[in-house]
Amino acid sequence: MGNIGAKEIPVLLSPEGLRIDGRRLDELRPLKIQAGALHQADGSAFVEWGANKVLAAVYGPREVHPRHLQQNHKAVIQCRYNMAAFSVDERKRPGLDRRSQEISKVIGEAFESVVFAEEFPRTSIDVYIEVLQANAGTRCAGLVAASVALADAGIPMVDLLPAVAVGKVGGAIALDLKKEEDNFGEADLPMALVPQSGRLVLLQMEGHLTEPELAQALDLGVKGCREIYERMKQALRDRYAVGPMTGASA
Amino acid sequence: MSEEIDAEIRTTHVLDLAAEGKRLDGRGPDEYRKITVEPGFVATADGSALVRIGDTAVVAGIKLEPGKPFPDTPNAGVLTTNAELIPLSSPTFEPGPPQPGAIEVSRVVDRAIRAAETIDLTRLCVAPGEKSWICYVDMHVIDHAGNLIDASLLAALAALAHTTVPAKRFEIAELDYPLDVQHFPIECTFVRLGDAIVVDPTVDEERAAQGRLTVATDEAGRIVAMQKGLVGAFSPDDVKETVRRAFQHGAELREIAKGGGQ
Repeated sequence: MGNIGAKEIPVLLSPEGLRIDGRRLDELRPLKIQAGALHQADGSAFVEWGANKVLAAVYGPREVHPRHLQQNHKAVIQCRYNMAAFSVDERKRPGLDRRSQEISKVIGEAFESVVFAEEFPRTSIDVYIEVLQANAGTRCAGLVAASVALADAGIPMVDLLPAVAVGKVGGAIALDLKKEEDNFGEADLPMALVPQSGRLVLLQMEGHLTEPELAQALDLGVKGCREIYERMKQALRDRYAVGPMTGASA
Repeated sequence: MSEEIDAEIRTTHVLDLAAEGKRLDGRGPDEYRKITVEPGFVATADGSALVRIGDTAVVAGIKLEPGKPFPDTPNAGVLTTNAELIPLSSPTFEPGPPQPGAIEVSRVVDRAIRAAETIDLTRLCVAPGEKSWICYVDMHVIDHAGNLIDASLLAALAALAHTTVPAKRFEIAELDYPLDVQHFPIECTFVRLGDAIVVDPTVDEERAAQGRLTVATDEAGRIVAMQKGLVGAFSPDDVKETVRRAFQHGAELREIAKGGGQ
């Protein structure tokens, strides 16, 4: 496309193969997961991932609202992903925009793929994700937080759901894009993995990738997810370790 | 309740058939239903098309009007995509504000159109920062027999390819002129039924599906958008295989979208 008058594209990849924040192509941003961050919720988590700050809370299994959504043979999983008005550079109008509704849908479906919902017929498991500070990859950060929150709430699941976005920046496939890379990158591919089965329960993509690039991106994403998986388990161990509470895991 | 039981029986039947490599309507796993494109279906629109994939029908209408470009892209026009799953098209659709299903269809179609640079938005600019064309792509699902994403994108493309920019009516130019469509991204949607992954799902197959995957490809051999939907999972190898199949269908569907007819 011609020049649409947007800002100039920064150099995203140095000749040494380092990214704007000095990371290697297969390197995650700093990730801190705290299991159990809220008091009222049945389960919760706080995730700080790069410059993202995302809270997740789980309520339930509890009565279904609205009532007509109730299912006789299983729990319904209702997911709400929301961004705070102050979470982005230019104030976002409060409430669920179309992007948030789509993300809520795909994240809800990802969890429905792993939660043993048949164990709680006629109930609702409500998953709330609130993005307080956004810097690309918020749906993955939200998924990670919500997954830990579900475990914290004691909801039986096949597995935790680590998630990460892979993208293409400066012509190279890179793990875990930050904002500048996402804005000016050539592709974005968020995914969530079921580590036990090696299958993906969330997968989206926008941009330009060839078939070999896609294969490379999937490999890199799966590797990244497995790294995040270890952090998620550690966060839960820290919360439920016998002895004095250890708080957040690094 | 009888409806629920009926659906349950059909789901089991669809899955049993899939295990033998068969489908309820006799198609093979990699076979689309018959696709027809009727451009110019709505005379009041600046461009339109009625697309049918089997019993599924979607009407897309294009409207262009002058407006203000977004402050962060002063040299570009604006493209707005919207899908309506209206209640007349299915017993499962209700009146009211767009449900997540409708939002997903429009956003996944929008993603393909945008990423493939279907329309050169700079050519919709009239005066930088001041005036540009707003291009509305509205897709109405009128008969829901499954695979709304593929049908909606085909309808949008066929409509865009037959759009006239109403420059004379808005006193922007002496004459109206055809809208230039530079690329035709094609979305192919697959569902998992047990170990089988089949293309172009019907409603029964979508209900039985253990995951849905949409892949958008362009004529340059690039993947431009993907969306996994519904409950279920795909292995990375499933994804690669599905992408390969999407490229194969893409070439054929692209000609249908361009040409009209079938």
